[in-house]
Amino acid sequence: MTMIRRLRTSRLTPWVTGGLLVVVVAVLPLLDISLPGVLPGSTYTPGTLQLLAFAMVFAALALSYHLLFGVAGLLSFGHALYFALGAYGLGIVLRDTELALVPAMAVVLMAAIAIAAALGALSLRVSGIAFAMVTLAFAQAGSVLVRRNPSVTNGEEGLPLRVDNIPAELVGVLNTRNVYWLALALLVVVFLIVAWFERSRAGHVVAATRENELRVRVLGMTPFRVKLITVVLAGGLAALVGMVYLLLQSGVTPAVMTADFTLTLLVIVVLGGVGSRWGAVVGGVLYTLLDQRLTALARSEAIQDLPEFLRIPLSEPLFILGTLFILVVVLLPGGLAGVARRSLARADTARARAGRNLDEEARP
Amino acid sequence: MIADPILRVEALSASIDGQQVVEKVDFEVPATGVTAVLGRNGVGKTSTLKAVLGLISRSGVVEFDGVRIDGERTHRVVQRGIGYVPEDREVFASLTVAENLRLAARGGAPHRDMVDELFPDLVARTAQRAGSLSGGQQQMLSLARVLMNDNRLLLVDEPTKGLAPRIVTEVAAALERAAAVTPVLLVEQNLPVVRRLAHTVVVIEGGRVIHAGPAAELLDDDERTQQLLGVHSTDHSAPRGDTDHSAPRGDTDHSAPRGADNTREETS
Amino acid sequence: MSTVLLLLITGLGLGALYFLVASGLSLIYGLMGVLNFAHGSFLTLGAFLGWEVARRMEDGSWLTFGVSILVGAVVGATVATLTELLLIRPLYLRHIEQVLVTVGLSLATVALFEGIWGVDPIYVVGPEWLNDTTDIAGALIPNDRFVLIAAALIVLLGLVVFLKRTRYGLIIRAGVENRAMVTALGVDVRRAFTLVFAIGGAAAGIGGVLASHYFGYVSPLIGGSLLIFAFIVTVIGGLGSLTGAAIASVVVAVLQQFANFYLGGTGDFMVVALLAVVLLVKPTGLLGSKA
Ligand SMILES: Nc1ncnc2c1ncn2[C@@H]1O[C@H](COP(=O)(O)OP(=O)(O)OP(=O)(O)O)[C@@H](O)[C@H]1O
Ligand SMILES: [Mg+2]
Repeated sequence: MTMIRRLRTSRLTPWVTGGLLVVVVAVLPLLDISLPGVLPGSTYTPGTLQLLAFAMVFAALALSYHLLFGVAGLLSFGHALYFALGAYGLGIVLRDTELALVPAMAVVLMAAIAIAAALGALSLRVSGIAFAMVTLAFAQAGSVLVRRNPSVTNGEEGLPLRVDNIPAELVGVLNTRNVYWLALALLVVVFLIVAWFERSRAGHVVAATRENELRVRVLGMTPFRVKLITVVLAGGLAALVGMVYLLLQSGVTPAVMTADFTLTLLVIVVLGGVGSRWGAVVGGVLYTLLDQRLTALARSEAIQDLPEFLRIPLSEPLFILGTLFILVVVLLPGGLAGVARRSLARADTARARAGRNLDEEARP
Repeated sequence: MIADPILRVEALSASIDGQQVVEKVDFEVPATGVTAVLGRNGVGKTSTLKAVLGLISRSGVVEFDGVRIDGERTHRVVQRGIGYVPEDREVFASLTVAENLRLAARGGAPHRDMVDELFPDLVARTAQRAGSLSGGQQQMLSLARVLMNDNRLLLVDEPTKGLAPRIVTEVAAALERAAAVTPVLLVEQNLPVVRRLAHTVVVIEGGRVIHAGPAAELLDDDERTQQLLGVHSTDHSAPRGDTDHSAPRGDTDHSAPRGADNTREETS
Repeated sequence: MSTVLLLLITGLGLGALYFLVASGLSLIYGLMGVLNFAHGSFLTLGAFLGWEVARRMEDGSWLTFGVSILVGAVVGATVATLTELLLIRPLYLRHIEQVLVTVGLSLATVALFEGIWGVDPIYVVGPEWLNDTTDIAGALIPNDRFVLIAAALIVLLGLVVFLKRTRYGLIIRAGVENRAMVTALGVDVRRAFTLVFAIGGAAAGIGGVLASHYFGYVSPLIGGSLLIFAFIVTVIGGLGSLTGAAIASVVVAVLQQFANFYLGGTGDFMVVALLAVVLLVKPTGLLGSKA
């Protein structure tokens, strides 16, 4: 009891918990656990591993978006662009060159960083809502580029992954668990980088610009530069996630370039709780599972037999998610992380009160 | 003590972007005459007025004519009869003079004639865009927007800021005329103008009231003024009635009888 | 020469559509600081319900066409008003949350439209004359372009008269400049909020019906694709400026047409390139004061 309490109050607690969680997630493919209703099959089956890997990729992507929206307060509608850049970039480099996987990833990452720097510098000339509109426009241009150049990107069909130059361990259904571990490693790396950035000087400054740009300027730092650093870092991480996505999916389609895809990220981050790293992770995982379950639900007989006015909305996962999102924004400020924080605080005060009552009783 | 005040402020705090700019301010505005709010730059004078109006988020008690208004939205507060002349005029630059006045008119603007008489410059320029008016004319427009209505209290923020001496005189005369019928809470840095208009002063420092009392008493005490405001009450570079003809008229009473000895010191 | 004329007038027609969407966006942003992501859904719903009414009436008559436009306007205004009252107002001054709510609304409604009307385009029939062409100096101009231009001009004119001549117009113009000061003069600016939403929604609804005739079909995605260009138009024109939105609509659409024809279908890129240039040269847009 006291040990648990000491653990909870320690600054290291989240890291210890996180470490344990990583270990648990890492051994899942070796275990046989079924969670009917949540997972499609037992934890060692490729289908479930694929879904969980997806969830982790989404969580990592949400973390990169959290840097923009949660830390820097930049509402971007174009973050999908960098994710797609990673996926398409790697797909094209692997197809058209004989580079091995790691050098190919390095090349694509460099390109993504350069593009993020250029577009970021442009779009940061405006702020607030105009920034949102401009990033949307750039992402849209990227989407058009992909759709209009089928000779390079394979157009609407999507780009398949050429596997000749990637390690055999990452290819094929039987190796899904390797890709699963890759996704886990990606999530951990992205989490650590994001945490490190938030603690760095630039991270503190950019968080301060969110609160009060004026004060930062008074302190003699340029908000523009730290914001640009954040945009570039977030773009680079998103590209990295996109590359793992390509390996996991064995291909990529233009759907990941749409505005809806960025909006999905926004939904995840807000669902998890704006400004919270853990919120982004939980939101990403939850969203993926929910999306998958809702799609299954939509096709289920229970829904298909309903009268039309219920059947139509309930068989559209995005309708349910969109509505859920509105409800969270209106009714649950702070998202899931906010709920967790509030209930923890309530538990703490309750315990403190109980403790005091005991003391008082003991006194006479 | 003074008769029922028109405005009573108790433990009023306010913040902008989460930063506290007014801290537990208490003061009262008597139902007649001019009450001046003094203090160095950036101490929270403007913010105090904005908090009274509900233009920034606030907590505490604001009582207007015996009714609590601290829960009301700004437009309701104003409709109760509180006219606001903001710092830096804030006329609508893209609207004409006539449109600025039309927007501000309440209850048929019963004192429009007086305003036209006070500010003939504006009458000649009704079709001009307010953004192209001179600074002085903009201040007159800002005052006119408020003076033409029936009000029970005026909140006026640095009406003489950045104006030429002659315009300062005109503005002061207009305020004096308004103050004859309506109580005024005036933020003002120009001490001769304060001396001419104000009966009572409230001094703010760091978001708190540090002094409240009769105007003349403070301004006659050069040392105290220097201590509280960082300026001499008898600054000879400032326009004075006896040395400069462009100064506000009628400040001959600056040796007026000292107010009752109810100086309240609220230094904490 | 006739090609240039055709591209120009087609550009004007497309610009008219952009303006019908962008005018509302720009007014709403200018007055309330809200980016309305659901604006495209107002348009789509206007188009679908306009079509639903039209198909129950006589095919191809002008009356049907007129009624469907009216239905589009009423539907757009109604859903916009409800959106403002139920979702935007409770989050007063919390601009980011307001944007998020409209994002959620746009996701949910597009999905709902897909559920109701399916994802495939539904072809619409208008009066015969709309599909004909008129010969202007050798250029054969499709007639629907003229209807679009006329509709946008009427909406523009109506908006200008409303803004210049009515008390609410005065409140809106003042509010775009300095919302806090309007309330400090004793005016309840929130009623004007509902009104700009209604007006913007009506314009979008009209735009929806006209867009379905311009493109020849309605689909759940019609609003979203126009919305992106409307965003670009509002940024280029200057957020909050109606005149800026009008000018930018025409510039963007004409540029797009010419680039598509002469520069091998690069219209969308040229538009984004124009946006980049405007951001570099004048981040506040052509006529805007806030960035
Ligand atoms: N929008 C804002 N954001 C952050 N801080 C603000 C803002 N407006 C005012 N402040 C701060 O609040 C404090 C009080 O400001 P206020 O304008 O009330 O001062 P004042 O007494 O009217 O000053 P002055 O005599 O210069 O007009 C100042 O420190 C100012 O920097
Ligand atoms: Mg001030």
